[in-house]
Amino acid sequence: MNLLQEVTSDVFQDKIDQGEYIEPKDTMPEDYRKHLIRQMSQHAHSEVIGMQPEGNWITRAPSLRAKQILLAKIQDEGGHGLYLYSATETLGISRSEMIEQLHSGKAKYSSIFNYPALNWADIGAIGWLVDGAAIVNQVSLQRTSYGPYSRAMVRICKEESFHQRQGYEIMTRMMRGTKEQQQMAQDAMNRWWWPSLMMFGPHDNDSPNSNNAIKWKIKRESNDELRQKFIDKTIPQALLIGLTIPDEFYKLDEKTGHYTIGKINWDEFHNVIKGNGPCNKQRLKHHKKYHQEGAWVREAAEAYSKKQKSKLK
Amino acid sequence: MNNSELYNYTLRLADNALILGQRLSELCSKGPFLEEDLAQTNIALDYIGRAQSLYNYAAQLSGKPLSEDELAYRRAENNYYNVLLVEQPDEDFAHTIARQFFYSVADCLFYAELTKSKNETLASIAKKVIKESKYHLNHSSDWVKRLGGGTELSHEKMQNAVNALWMYTDELFEIDDIEHKLIKEGVAVNSSNHKSLWLAEVTEVFKEAGLSVPENNFMMTGGRSGNHSEHFGHLLSELQYLQRAYPDATW
Repeated sequence: MNLLQEVTSDVFQDKIDQGEYIEPKDTMPEDYRKHLIRQMSQHAHSEVIGMQPEGNWITRAPSLRAKQILLAKIQDEGGHGLYLYSATETLGISRSEMIEQLHSGKAKYSSIFNYPALNWADIGAIGWLVDGAAIVNQVSLQRTSYGPYSRAMVRICKEESFHQRQGYEIMTRMMRGTKEQQQMAQDAMNRWWWPSLMMFGPHDNDSPNSNNAIKWKIKRESNDELRQKFIDKTIPQALLIGLTIPDEFYKLDEKTGHYTIGKINWDEFHNVIKGNGPCNKQRLKHHKKYHQEGAWVREAAEAYSKKQKSKLK
Repeated sequence: MNNSELYNYTLRLADNALILGQRLSELCSKGPFLEEDLAQTNIALDYIGRAQSLYNYAAQLSGKPLSEDELAYRRAENNYYNVLLVEQPDEDFAHTIARQFFYSVADCLFYAELTKSKNETLASIAKKVIKESKYHLNHSSDWVKRLGGGTELSHEKMQNAVNALWMYTDELFEIDDIEHKLIKEGVAVNSSNHKSLWLAEVTEVFKEAGLSVPENNFMMTGGRSGNHSEHFGHLLSELQYLQRAYPDATW
């Protein structure tokens, strides 16, 4: 690091320490920018890839009301994707570059969407557990140090809490329904519970990206702290509607008031991140296919807009 | 007023909305770019909402303890009365746009007229719906112009889609005894009057888009009396899957 970089870095860290937001035109260390691009584009891609497992059920949604709620929810997710792409663009990367990175595998999306949505209760479980876990993380990110990201989170959190409620409503209805519906709900619970706990990432001791992120206040709470919040909030909700927690070791610690759980299968977690989840290939293939098939439409729109502009000259 | 005619009339309107909404909702996560993906699902949402209001009213008119979902989900193929145009599959984005454009031009003419119906329920649904229809028309006619006037490839695809779907457009203006009776009562819209207005509007947009009006005058019909295409059964089997597989469940 040369002298200028050191000074810049000190000024930057002072700002962070005083709790000020960093804005797009402020000077920032290259690693801070890179970290944000990685995290924010991953967040944006997750919203967009997440449209697939849910979109998989729109045409089969079992009532007109359910179909409308699901359509509206998926639109919200896509809207979050747009909003996050724009926020990430303030860091000097274009949306098409981000999409290229997604396709090349350089950029990731949340591993949770590499699990399949197999029955209608999965739509409930995705809203309740997956969005529920995302909210815990996103509420914390409302205080993240990068201004555009923080503001995006404030807006997104409002809609996500609606999603979580509608997911829980589906689960509740299914648990009050026929035996078959209850089985679907429990089946969805069994498949989504552990992956949603993995969404918070590795335990604090094994989390490679956390140190700087905490120092720069991109991340305000640790993986384990956030996971614990989710567990404490969600287990009572599950029990209330008669779902079984698929963990024979979970229990309430009377002293601390927190739930403790059995061991998370990190082999599965790393395996899915490596590309071996049930739907990794399918999700990316789908995104690439429709992006490529849409190329002629994007080209046409661009050509048309150029022609219109030259007519105006 | 004879309820069975009004019931059938309302059901036809509901079926058009449901089936087009179902087709559009198939497109989720398949758009050429994110904004357009959202636009298509947004239009789908408009139609499903419209279908819900209309089925709700039809259920009241049926004189039976039917729910809107039973009407939407539990009928046999030949008891759906939507026009053939709305069930046509999305071969590519140009087909989606052509179908939407043809439908929306007619839909705007239709619902603008229905706002004046003597039937208060239909008139009030029409007042809400017409705003959405205008947006659908703007959106689709913009795309007709963009694709028609964009690149050579997009022009060719747009013209192909127009040619392929042209034969389903006449059915939009058909009327039968049900309508004749309700028109006399000031309830229904005489859509047979709209054909020339529709053609004028379509021709105008085509002119701007550099597209030609197809010369093929053969017109397909049947949807309104329950004779559908082979595509339709597949659409219904997805739509109806859960309601049919678990008839005792409430969702």
